[in-house]
Amino acid sequence: MKFFARARDLTGCDTVTWTVPPATCVEPLRRRLATEFPAIAVIASHLFVAINGDYASDETIVRDGDEVAFFPPVSGG
Amino acid sequence: MIQLTHDPIDTQALTESVRSPQAGAVVLFLGTVREFTAGRQTVALDYEAYSAMAVRKMEELVEQARTQWPIEKAAIVHRLGRMELGDVSVAVAVSTPHRHQAFDAGRFLIDQLKIVVPIWKKENWADGTTEWVHPGSPGIAIPGVLLSGEQP
Repeated sequence: MKFFARARDLTGCDTVTWTVPPATCVEPLRRRLATEFPAIAVIASHLFVAINGDYASDETIVRDGDEVAFFPPVSGG
Repeated sequence: MIQLTHDPIDTQALTESVRSPQAGAVVLFLGTVREFTAGRQTVALDYEAYSAMAVRKMEELVEQARTQWPIEKAAIVHRLGRMELGDVSVAVAVSTPHRHQAFDAGRFLIDQLKIVVPIWKKENWADGTTEWVHPGSPGIAIPGVLLSGEQP
């Protein structure tokens, strides 16, 4: 999993690897995020999630080897 | 051309890259570092990207634009890293047969970039504090501050 911008600052790392049961979707990852990194709890529900570079939802199933990215609303331009 | 770069953007070269004998119009949009936002003074911005996804999303935006306007050529370059006041952070260039198409397509590209492309800016305020700009995200001192007075 990758974190960017303020999400990275609040977790204190840019990449972590988690092992999860088969057929796990994004939603429990988001909950575990707030547990393992309490500082990010305040924005955890507002983070966008992308899997392998495409926007995903909390219902999207995560597969072995997927790159899951959590990040706050974008502000390019 | 779709590109992320840490170097200053060559806006002249970018403009030339979309010129075409089939085009009657070329529009160039530049996003530049603004000093005052909602009354607060900025000294610099730091930009970062989820690079692989950002490039793909920019390519998808050009594909989407091509379904709506008769685009001859389009180019988007976003700069990353530290930028000072007035520096060009993003450049969008587009050529089409007629001017209204180029304006509309160019506006679509920059407006959508600011919504879907995973790039973030961090304010370095004149008072020495720093702050990520995450419109609508809780815990930000001035929510959506960079969106005040401008369309997303």
